Amino acid sequence: MPEASAPIVRIRNLSKAYRRGTQVIPVLTDINFDIARGEFVALMGPSGSGKSTLLNLIAGIDSADQGSIQVGDVEITTLGESDLARWRAGSVGFIFQFYNLIPVLTAYENVELPLLLTHLSRRERSEHVEAVLNVVGLADRMDHYPSQLSGGQQQRVAIARAIVTDPEILVADEPTGDLDRASAEEILQLMDRLVREFGKTVIMVTHDPRAAEKAHLIRHLEKGELSVT
Amino acid sequence: MGIPYSYSFRNLWTRRLTTVLTASGMGLVVFVFAATLMLTEGLEKTLVETGSSDNVVLLRKSANSEVQSGVERDQASLLESQPEIAIGADGRPLLAKELVVLINLKKRVGDKPANVIIRGIDAASLKLRPAVRLKEGRMPRPGSAEVVAGESVAQRFKGCGLGETLRFGMRDWRVVGVFDAGATGFSSEIWGDRDQMMQAFRRPVYSSMIFRLRDTGAFDAYKARVEADPRLTVEAKRETQYYLDQSEAMAKFLRILGLVLTVIFSIGAVIGATITMYAAVANRVTEIGTLRALGFQRKSILASFIIEALLLGLCGGILGIFAASFMQLITISTMNWASFSELAFSFTLNFSIVWKSLLFSAVMGFVGGALPALRASRMNIVEALRAT
Ligand SMILES: Nc1ncnc2c1ncn2[C@@H]1O[C@H](COP(=O)(O)OP(=O)(O)OP(=O)(O)O)[C@@H](O)[C@H]1O
Ligand SMILES: [Mg+2]
Repeated sequence: MPEASAPIVRIRNLSKAYRRGTQVIPVLTDINFDIARGEFVALMGPSGSGKSTLLNLIAGIDSADQGSIQVGDVEITTLGESDLARWRAGSVGFIFQFYNLIPVLTAYENVELPLLLTHLSRRERSEHVEAVLNVVGLADRMDHYPSQLSGGQQQRVAIARAIVTDPEILVADEPTGDLDRASAEEILQLMDRLVREFGKTVIMVTHDPRAAEKAHLIRHLEKGELSVT
Repeated sequence: MGIPYSYSFRNLWTRRLTTVLTASGMGLVVFVFAATLMLTEGLEKTLVETGSSDNVVLLRKSANSEVQSGVERDQASLLESQPEIAIGADGRPLLAKELVVLINLKKRVGDKPANVIIRGIDAASLKLRPAVRLKEGRMPRPGSAEVVAGESVAQRFKGCGLGETLRFGMRDWRVVGVFDAGATGFSSEIWGDRDQMMQAFRRPVYSSMIFRLRDTGAFDAYKARVEADPRLTVEAKRETQYYLDQSEAMAKFLRILGLVLTVIFSIGAVIGATITMYAAVANRVTEIGTLRALGFQRKSILASFIIEALLLGLCGGILGIFAASFMQLITISTMNWASFSELAFSFTLNFSIVWKSLLFSAVMGFVGGALPALRASRMNIVEALRAT
C-alpha cells in the first residue's frame, strides 16, 4: 500500500533519442523526476527542449529508450501496446493545444467517448457525462457540435472529456496556446480547481509564464535535462 | 465497445458531396450488375413460366427446338396410345400434335422484319396451356384460315391486330382473336388450325407433340421406355425443362456479358472508393491520433474505417438498385436464340437480386476501404497528433 506521500509519477534514468539515418539526436538524457499526488506541475523550457516528448512518455503514447516510468503502481515502460492503450483509457486524461474534439460528435458524445471503453451502462455513462459537463459549466451546450463552440468552450469540453473517467493524471500540452487572454485564464482557473477541489494531478507543458504561475511547481527542461526553479 | 457507428456514418454525411459522387460510381456498377441479373431472371422466368411441369414435350431426337423437330405420323399414332397420358373432362386424351413454323413478319414500327412462331394447334392445345387466355375476339374455327395472335405479336407486328389480315403460306389469314399468355413465350406466337397450316406449308409431319401426364411422377419411367423403343426416334422432356434449355444459351451470354462489364467497371469504382477513403484518412490524422491516445485500440480504428467504407459501398448499392428498379418498366424483345423467333420479356427484380447487389456493393466498399483503413490503424500516435 503506497503511503500518502508516495509520488504518483516516478521517473528514473529516463533517456530518449531520435535517430535520423546514422545521426542520433538525444532528446532526453537521464531524467529523474517525481510528481506528488495532487500536484500541479508546469514544464517549461525553450522550443525543442523535449517538453512534449517527456509529457508523451509519461502519458504512455511514446516509448522510452531507457529508464523507468511508474505511474501510480504501474511500470508503463514494460507494457505492450494493447495493455498500454487500456491503461491510458483508465489512467490518463489528455488536454491538447488544439482541443482535438471530434468534429462530427456533439459535446456530449465527445465527453462520452472515453467511457465507451469502460463497462458502464448507457445510463451510468450519461450520469458521468452530465456531471463533468456541469463541472466545466457547459451542461447547457451538450448538444452543440465543436464548430458551434468558442475555443475556450471547446477546451472546456476537452477538459470534461479528460476527467470523465476519473484518471490518475491529467496531461496538458500547451492547453492555453491557442486561446486569448481571457479564455486562457478561465482554462487555467478550471485546471486549478480540478487540483484543489478534486485532488487531480496535472502535468502541463507551457511557454506562457502567466500560465506557469498557476502551477505549484515549475520544472525547466534545457537540452534534455531537468532543473528545479 | 469500439468507436460508435454514428462516427463512421456522420463522417460520410459531413462530406456528402464526395460520398454521393463516390457512391454514384459504385451505384453505376451495381446498376449494371443488377440489370444483368434482372435480364437473365426475366428471360428465364418468361421461358420457365411458358412451360408446365406436368406437360411432356416430344421432339425428334437431337432437335433442340420445336422448329427443327419432326414427328412422323406413324410414330405419332403409337405415342398417342400410351397409358401415361391424362384424359380430359371430355373423355379425350390431353394431347396435342402441333406444327411449329417460323415466318417473317414486318414490325409496325420501323418496318423491320423479324421471325415469329406460327403454331398449328390441336383441340387440346389450349387446355394444355393454362396461361393462355383469349382476350379479344374468338378462337379460330377448325378447318378455316383464321388465326389468333399473342398480345405481344398483335401489338408489335403489322397485320397481326384483331380484324387484320396476314399473308403467309401463300394464303391470307384473318386474325379473329388476341390471346393473353401472361409473361410466357406464347405471347410472341400466332396460333391457327394445324391441318390448315400443314396444307399451307406443305408439311407432311408434325413438329412436336405435347401431353399432360396422368401422374407427374411417372415421367422418368415413361421417358426411359419411349426413348428405348426401336420404333420411335423421339426424345421426351418435361415442358419446363424444354423451355429452360431454350433460354440457356441466351442466359449464358447475358451472364458472361454482365460479368465482364461488372468486373471492368468495378475496378474503377473500387479505385474511386480507395481514393476517397485515403483522403478521409489523411483529413483525420489528428483525430485518429486523439482516438488512439484516449485508449482506442488499432483494431477499433481499423473497424471504424472499414465500416465507413462498407456504408459507402451500401449507399452505392442502394443507388444502383434504385436505378435498376426502373428497368422493370422496360420490356425487351429479343431473338430467342434457339428458335430465332422474337421473344418479349422484362427485367425482373426479386429479393435474391437485391440481396446479391447489396452484398456486391459491400464487397466493393470493403475492398476499396481495406488499404486506407489499414493505414489509419497503423499510424504512430505521436506523429499523428503532431500533424495538426
Ligand atoms: N519524430 C521525430 N524525429 C526526429 N526528431 C524529433 C521527432 N520528434 C521530436 N523530435 C525532436 O526532438 C526534440 C524535442 O521535441 P519536443 O517536441 O519534445 O520539443 P518541445 O520542447 O515540446 O518543443 P516545443 O516547445 O516547440 O513544442 C526536438 O529537437 C525535435 O526536433
Ligand atoms: Mg511541444
